[in-house]
Amino acid sequence: MTGSTHPRPPDRLELRGIRKAYPAVLANDDIELRVAPGEIHAVVGENGAGKSTLMKIIYGMVQPDAGEMLWNGREVTIASPADAQRLGVGMVFQHFALFDTFTVAENIALAMQDEPAIDALSKRIVEVAARYGLPVDPGRHIYTMSVGERQRVEIIRALLQNPGLLILDEPTSVLTPQAVETLFVTLRQLAVEGCSILYISHKLGEIQTLCDRATFLRGGRVTGTCNPRQESVAAMARMMIGADLPGYRNRDHAAVDCIRLEVLDLSLPTSDPFGTALSDISMTVHGGEILGIAGVSGNGQQELLAVLSGERTLGPRDAIRLDGSGIADLDPGRRRARGLCSVPEDRLGRGSVPVLSLADNALLTANRDGAVTSGMIRFDRVAAFARQCIAAFDVRCPGPDALAGSLSGGNLQKFIIGREILQNPGVLIVAQPTWGVDVGAAVVIRQALLDLRDRGAAIVVISEELDELFEIADRIAVIAGGRLTPGKPTRLTNRDEIGIAMSGGTLTVDVTKEHRHSAAL
Amino acid sequence: MVWLSPVIALTLTALMAMIVFAAAGLNPLSSLATFILAPVADLYGVAELLIKAAPLVLIGIGLSVGYRAGVWNIGGEGQLILGVIFGGYIALHFGTDGGVWVLPAMVIAAAMGGMLWAAVPALLRTRFNASEILVSLMMNYIAQLWLSWLVFGAWRDPAGFNFPQSQPLAPGALFPILIEGTRANASIIFALLAVILGWVLMNRSFVGFQLRVTGLSEGAARYAGFSTHRAVWIGMLAGGATAGIAGVGEIAGPLGQIFPTASPGYGYAAIIVAFLGRLNPVGILFSGLLMALIYLSGDLAQMSLGMPSAITGLLQSLLLFFLLTADVFIQYRLRYTAPARATEGAAA
Repeated sequence: MTGSTHPRPPDRLELRGIRKAYPAVLANDDIELRVAPGEIHAVVGENGAGKSTLMKIIYGMVQPDAGEMLWNGREVTIASPADAQRLGVGMVFQHFALFDTFTVAENIALAMQDEPAIDALSKRIVEVAARYGLPVDPGRHIYTMSVGERQRVEIIRALLQNPGLLILDEPTSVLTPQAVETLFVTLRQLAVEGCSILYISHKLGEIQTLCDRATFLRGGRVTGTCNPRQESVAAMARMMIGADLPGYRNRDHAAVDCIRLEVLDLSLPTSDPFGTALSDISMTVHGGEILGIAGVSGNGQQELLAVLSGERTLGPRDAIRLDGSGIADLDPGRRRARGLCSVPEDRLGRGSVPVLSLADNALLTANRDGAVTSGMIRFDRVAAFARQCIAAFDVRCPGPDALAGSLSGGNLQKFIIGREILQNPGVLIVAQPTWGVDVGAAVVIRQALLDLRDRGAAIVVISEELDELFEIADRIAVIAGGRLTPGKPTRLTNRDEIGIAMSGGTLTVDVTKEHRHSAAL
Repeated sequence: MVWLSPVIALTLTALMAMIVFAAAGLNPLSSLATFILAPVADLYGVAELLIKAAPLVLIGIGLSVGYRAGVWNIGGEGQLILGVIFGGYIALHFGTDGGVWVLPAMVIAAAMGGMLWAAVPALLRTRFNASEILVSLMMNYIAQLWLSWLVFGAWRDPAGFNFPQSQPLAPGALFPILIEGTRANASIIFALLAVILGWVLMNRSFVGFQLRVTGLSEGAARYAGFSTHRAVWIGMLAGGATAGIAGVGEIAGPLGQIFPTASPGYGYAAIIVAFLGRLNPVGILFSGLLMALIYLSGDLAQMSLGMPSAITGLLQSLLLFFLLTADVFIQYRLRYTAPARATEGAAA
C-alpha cells in the first residue's frame, strides 16, 4: 500500500474500494489504485485477475458495484467511454476496435467527439505520428494492415484526444525489440509531458524498464504494489501468480529427424496493393525441431501462413512438400488429413467462431477420426474431444458448451492450440501462439509445443515476440519484405542480430552478404 | 430471445390489422377473429391452409439452407416458375400417355429446372463474385417472361377461348389427393420431408455445420478449409430444387393447368417464412402455416369484410418489417445524443 496521503498535487486517478461482482465471479474486490500525474503505472496480473474489468470501469464501460473514483482529486462517475474521453482517459485495447473497410483517418474520425474534416484530421494524424515515432499513412485501409500497424492506429487515436491518462492493454505483444524501444520512448515522452499511463502487462522485464510503480492483481484483489526497478523479476512473478514461475521441461531434445516440411523457391505476387509479395521463400523443417520465424508484422507473415496452411493454394504442386510429397495445391482440410495443422493469428473469427460452443469449435478442424461418420456429426465424440482438450490444456471454462467468444484470450488460445495438437500433427504451423496471453497460459502453450516437438513433429512458429522464439525455437529465420533468411541455430545468434535482420538486414554476421541482400530488396 | 422477436412481430402485426379494420369502419376485434379463425373453421379450410403452407414451407427450408451459409437467394420465385415450366413440359407432352413415371419425372424435371435457374447466380457469384442477391432477383423476371411467352404462345390451349392458359393437365400428371373431399395433395408430404431433411442437414450433418460456419465467419471457414464456393453452390441449389418442386406442385395440384400467374408470389413470401421461422426447419413449418393463413384470410377478407386484396401483401410485409425491427431493437439500444455536426469532409 502507498501509505499515508500527503497534501501534494492530487493524484491523476485514485480508486478507493472498487468492487464489481458478476453472477459467477467477483471480478474486482476492494481495489485501491493511485496514479500520479506523469506516472507510468503498471497493472500486472494473470488472466482473470480482474485487470480488464478494472480498466473497463475506469473507461466507463462497466459500472462498479461499490467504491469511488477520483479524477485530479475530484470525485467522478464515469458512465460511458464518452464520459471517460471527456475527462481525458484514452484507451488502447488489446482487441482493436477498428473498422476494416475504413481508412485510418476515417476510423479515427469516428472516435472523435466533433467529427473533424478528414483532410485536417489526416494532417494532425501525420503530425502526432511523427512526433511520437508512430509512422502511419492516414489514407490506408485497416484491412490491409498487420496487427502491429493497427495498434499504432489505436495509439494515435487515443493520443489525438490529448489524454490525461492513457491506458494500454498488453501493447508490446506484437512489436520488435526496436519497436518496443520506440514505443517506450513515446510513452516516456508522454509521461514527461504530464500524461499518466496505466500499463497493463505481464512482461515483467518490460515493466522493470518502463514503469515507475506496479500494482499486482490476483483473483480480483490487489496483492501488492512495488517499485519495479527495486524488485527482482522472480519476486514480482510471485506477487503476480502467487507461486514461482514455472520452467520448461525437456529443453534438450532428441536428435533431429528427417525433413518433414520443405518449401522450395516459393514466390507469390500479391493481389492486394498493400499486401506483401513472397519472393524465393525456401525452408526446411525437420521432425523434432521448432523453426521460429521472426519479423515485424506486415512483412509477409500473413501471406506465408496462408500458403503453408493451405488457405491460399498454389498451382505447382511441388513448391511445398510434406513428408516428401507435394501439397501446394491442397486445401487446409486435405493438408490436415495428411498431418499438417495450423493455428492462425486471429483467435476470434478465424481460429474459432465466437458464437459457437467449444464443442462446435473443436469440430471446426478436428473432424476426422470418427467425429463425422457417413456425413453425420457424432456429437458425443465431438464433446468428448472438446472435454479432453479442455482438461489436457487447462482451459478454464464451464465446459464444452461454453461459447468460444466467452473465454478469455489465453484460455481460448489454449483450446485452439490444444485442438490442433490433439490431432497429432506431423507438422504444425503456429502464428503468434501467445499473443496477448498471460504468463500462465503462455507457459502451458509453449510447453505443449515443446512436447509436440519432442514427439517428433516439425513445428513452425511465426511470432513477432522475440523472447518467445529464443525460448522455444531450435532455429530462427527472419522474414522481411517477403523474403525469408535461412534459419540459424538459436544458440548461434542473438537478439541484436535478429533485430537487424528484421529491419531488412541479413541474418549472417558476414557484412558482404548483407550488401547483396539489401541490393536485392 | 431468438423466438421473442417473431412473437413481438406477430403481436404488432395483429395490432396493425385491427387498426386497418377500424379505419375501414369494422369492429377490430371481431374482424380480427374472423380473419384468423374463419379460414380454418372446417376441414376443407384446414386442407386449403395445408396446401398453401406446403410450397411456402418447402421453399422456406430450401432458402434457409443458403441463408444460414450467408448465401442470399432472392430468386425463389423464378426458380419456382422454372419448376412450372420444366414440370409442365413433361406433363403436357407425356401426361396423356399416363405412365406411372410421369409424375416422378415431373418432380425431378421441376427440381432440375429450379436448380438450373439457381445455378446461374451461383456460377456468377463463384466465378466473378457477382452479387447473388441481384442476379437471382433479376432471374425472376426472366423466368416470368419466359412462362408468359410459353403460355401466351406454344402452350396455349386451342380449346381455351384464347385465354392464356394451357390445356388441363392429364389426371396421371396430377398429385394424388390425401384427404378425400378436399384439395390437400401430396405436396404436403414434400413439405414435411423437407422439414425433416432440412433439420437433419443443418443440425446433424457435417455439411450443414460447414454451411453454418461459413455463414457465421468466412475467415474461420477458410481457415478450416470449408470451401465458400461449395457453400454458395449448395445454398443456391437447395433453394432452387425446393422452389422447383413447389412450382410443379402448384400446376399438378390446386391449379391443374398452367397459367402465366402460376405463383401467387410464393417465392417471395418464402423469404419471409424463412426469416420468421428463424431459419430453423421447425420454426419454418410454423411460420409457413402462419403465412398461408394470411393468404387465406386475405382472400376471405375480400369477400366477408370487403377489404381490398392488397390486405394480404400488406400484412405479410408488416410481419417481416416488424420482425426485422424487433431483431434490431433486441440487439441494439437506441440512444439519443446531440445532433452531430456533419461536414463534407467527414462524409468522404
